[in-house]
Amino acid sequence: MLDKRKISIFCLSMLLAMFAAGCKKKAPPPPPPPPPAPAAVTPPPPPAAPSITAFAAEPSSIERGQSSTLNWTVTDATSISIDNSIGAVQAAASRRVFPGASTTYTLTATGPGGAKTATATVNVTEPPPPPPPPAAPKATFEQMLSGSVVDAYFEYDKTDIREDARAGLTKDADALKAIFASFPDASVTIEGHCDERGSAEYNLALGDRRATAAKEFLVQLGVPGDKLKTISYGKERPQCTDHDETCWQKNRRAHFSTGQ
Amino acid sequence: MRRAFWLTAAFSAMPLAIAAQQSDIRVMIQGGARPAIAVPDLRGSGAAQPLMNAFNETLYNDLDASGLFKIVPKTMYPLQVPQQPPDFREQPAPQPTRPGQPPPNGGGAWLSDWSSPPVSANYLAFGYTAVQNNVLVLYGWLFNAGQTSVSQAQVLGKRYFGSPDEAGAKKTAHEFAADIIAQMGGTSLLGSKIYFVSNRTGHKEIWAMDPDGSNQRQISHFNSLSIEPAVSPDGTKIAFTSFARGNPAIFILSTDTGRRLPFYNQVASMNATPNFTPDGKQLLYASTASGGAQIYSANIDGSNLHRISNTRALEVEPKVNPKTGADLAFVSGRSGPQQVYRMNMDGTDVQRLSNGEGEASNPSWHPNGQILAFAWTRGFATGNFNIFVMDVASRNFNQLTYGAGRNENPTWAPDGRRLAFMSTRTGSEQIWTMLADGTQPKQLTTAGKNGTPVWAK
Repeated sequence: MLDKRKISIFCLSMLLAMFAAGCKKKAPPPPPPPPPAPAAVTPPPPPAAPSITAFAAEPSSIERGQSSTLNWTVTDATSISIDNSIGAVQAAASRRVFPGASTTYTLTATGPGGAKTATATVNVTEPPPPPPPPAAPKATFEQMLSGSVVDAYFEYDKTDIREDARAGLTKDADALKAIFASFPDASVTIEGHCDERGSAEYNLALGDRRATAAKEFLVQLGVPGDKLKTISYGKERPQCTDHDETCWQKNRRAHFSTGQ
Repeated sequence: MRRAFWLTAAFSAMPLAIAAQQSDIRVMIQGGARPAIAVPDLRGSGAAQPLMNAFNETLYNDLDASGLFKIVPKTMYPLQVPQQPPDFREQPAPQPTRPGQPPPNGGGAWLSDWSSPPVSANYLAFGYTAVQNNVLVLYGWLFNAGQTSVSQAQVLGKRYFGSPDEAGAKKTAHEFAADIIAQMGGTSLLGSKIYFVSNRTGHKEIWAMDPDGSNQRQISHFNSLSIEPAVSPDGTKIAFTSFARGNPAIFILSTDTGRRLPFYNQVASMNATPNFTPDGKQLLYASTASGGAQIYSANIDGSNLHRISNTRALEVEPKVNPKTGADLAFVSGRSGPQQVYRMNMDGTDVQRLSNGEGEASNPSWHPNGQILAFAWTRGFATGNFNIFVMDVASRNFNQLTYGAGRNENPTWAPDGRRLAFMSTRTGSEQIWTMLADGTQPKQLTTAGKNGTPVWAK
C-alpha cells in the first residue's frame, strides 16, 4: 500500500525538475543548409602501390661457410633496399650472401604509392663435424714389434746366445706369441748383423748364423718357426758407424723387423 | 846355457829367413831384375802436336804400370832425341882420350848415349806422330840400346792409327805400350777391366772401369744391395750376390747385353760369394742350404749341385785355382777366427794356409796358380787388414801394405804383376792398384765408396 503523501512528494519533485529544465534551455537556431555538391569531375586515380613479385633465397638452406643467392623482382618502386648491410639494390637482381647464421632478409620497396616489404630467410646449418680420430687403442703390428721385442746382442765373431740375450729373447718369445695371436697372418724377419771388423764376406755368413741362432732359441720357447724368417745383412746395414766397441756392440745383433 | 845359445841363434836367423822368403816371392812374381827403359816424349808434326801431352802421359803410365821396367827419369836423357831410325849414327871407333877428359858422345845420336851413364837404359822407345788424311798415325820403335850396331838394335817398329783427337792419341799410346810390354814377355792390361762395387748411386751396385780408372760405368741396376762380383774366365758373364729379391742370392748378368742369365738358387737364407771355374762351366759359392754357410758347386745355371765342404764352421769365398781347376782356396772358421784354407775340388786334403794368427780372408789366385794374395790382420788390431802374398807350396809370405787404413779384397791383374785392392788409407773405401811388391800405389776411384775389385781379362 502506497502512502499518498509519498506519491505527492514524488510528483512534486518531478514537476520541479521539469520546471527547472525548461527554464535553462533557450530555443537554438536551425543549422545552415549543406553546401551545394561540387560539379561532377572524376578525381585522378591514386598512385599504384609498389609490388614485390618475388623475393626468395636459393637455396634457402645452406651449411655454414657456403653461399645462398637472393633473387627479387620489384615493380613500381623508386627505392629498394634490403637490410642486413646489403643496402640499396636494383629492381630486379640477385645477390650472393654468406650468412654466418640463419638470417631473415627484409626487402623494402618504397614508391609514391606506399611501401611494401617482403622477407626471405636463409637457414644456416652447422656442417657435420670431421670424423673423430680413428679409435686406435689397438697397436699396429709394427708398434707391437718395435715396442715389445728387443734385439739380441752377440760377442765378436760368436753366434752363441749370451746370458743377457737369453733373458731378452725369453721375453721376446712371449711378446712374439702375443703379436702372432693379434696378427695371425703376420710373420717376423730376424736380421743378423755384424760389426765392421771381420771381412764383409765372412760377416754375411756370421750374421746368417746369428739370425738362425736367435730363431732356434725362440722356436724352442714355442714361437712358431714358420712365422720367423731370417736374413743376414753382415756388416752392410750397421745401425752405428763409429769405430769403437760401444758402436761395434750395437751392430753385433739379431734384430726383429717386419721384413719390409 | 847351451839351449839359450841355440834359441838366440834361431831368433837372430829369423829376419834373414824372412828376407830370403820375401825375395823368393818377389822373383816369382817379378822375374828378377827389371830392364831399364828410356821413354822420351814423342813429338807430333803439325796438328798432331796438341795431342802429344795425352799421348806421352798414357804411354808412360802404361809402361810404368806394367811393372816390367824401370823407367829412366827424363831429366837424364840427351838433349837430342832421335825421332826415327835414320836419326841414329853409328858410333865411330873409340879414340884414345886423355885421362880426366869426358868420353865423347853423339849428343843422343849414338846408341851408347842411351846405354851408358847417366841414362843406362837397356831399351829406348821413340817415334813421332802425324795427322795424315784425318788419321793420327804413330810411327813407333823400340830399340835395344845395348846393341853395338844401329842396324841390329831394332826390336819393334810399327805404325799405329787412331782418330785425330785425344781419344785417338790415347788409343795409339795404349797399343804401342802393349806391343812393348809383349816384347818383354809381359801381358798388356790393355782391354782388361776391373769390376767393382760402388755405392755412388746411393745403392751398392756392380760397376766396371778400365785398369787406369777411366771409363767407369754402372753394370747392375737393382737399387738394392749387390756385392761380391766374380767374372767368368772369358769375360762374358758377371756373377754376384744381390739382395734384389730378398735374401742374398746369386745373380748372373751378361757383360755384353746386361741381361740377367738364369741361375737356380737353391732354397737357403743365403747364397753368396760366387766364383767361376777356369773352364767357365761351373760356379762355386757359399750356401746356408743345410745350416751354416758351406761351399757348393753347381753348373752355370745352378743345376747339378754338389756340396764340397761338410763342417760345422762357416765357410765362404771359394776361389778355384785358375791354372789347375782342381783345387780351391777358401775362407773358414774351422780353427776359430777366419783363416785362408785350400782343398781339392772334392773337399779332400784340407790345409790351412794362413798360420792362425789374426783373421785372414779374401784369397785371390795369381794367374800362375801358385801364389795367393789375401787380406790378413796379422800383426795389427782386429779388423785392420793388410794385403799379403803367399807362395802356396812353401807357405812363404810377403806383406805388401802396412796398416795404412784397412786394405782388403786384393785381385791380380791378368799380367800377374799388379794387384787391385780396396784401401781406406785416404779415409774412405776406395780402389787402388799397386805392383806386387807393394810399390806404385795408385788410387783409381773417388766417387762414393768403392770396393771388392775383380780384375778380368
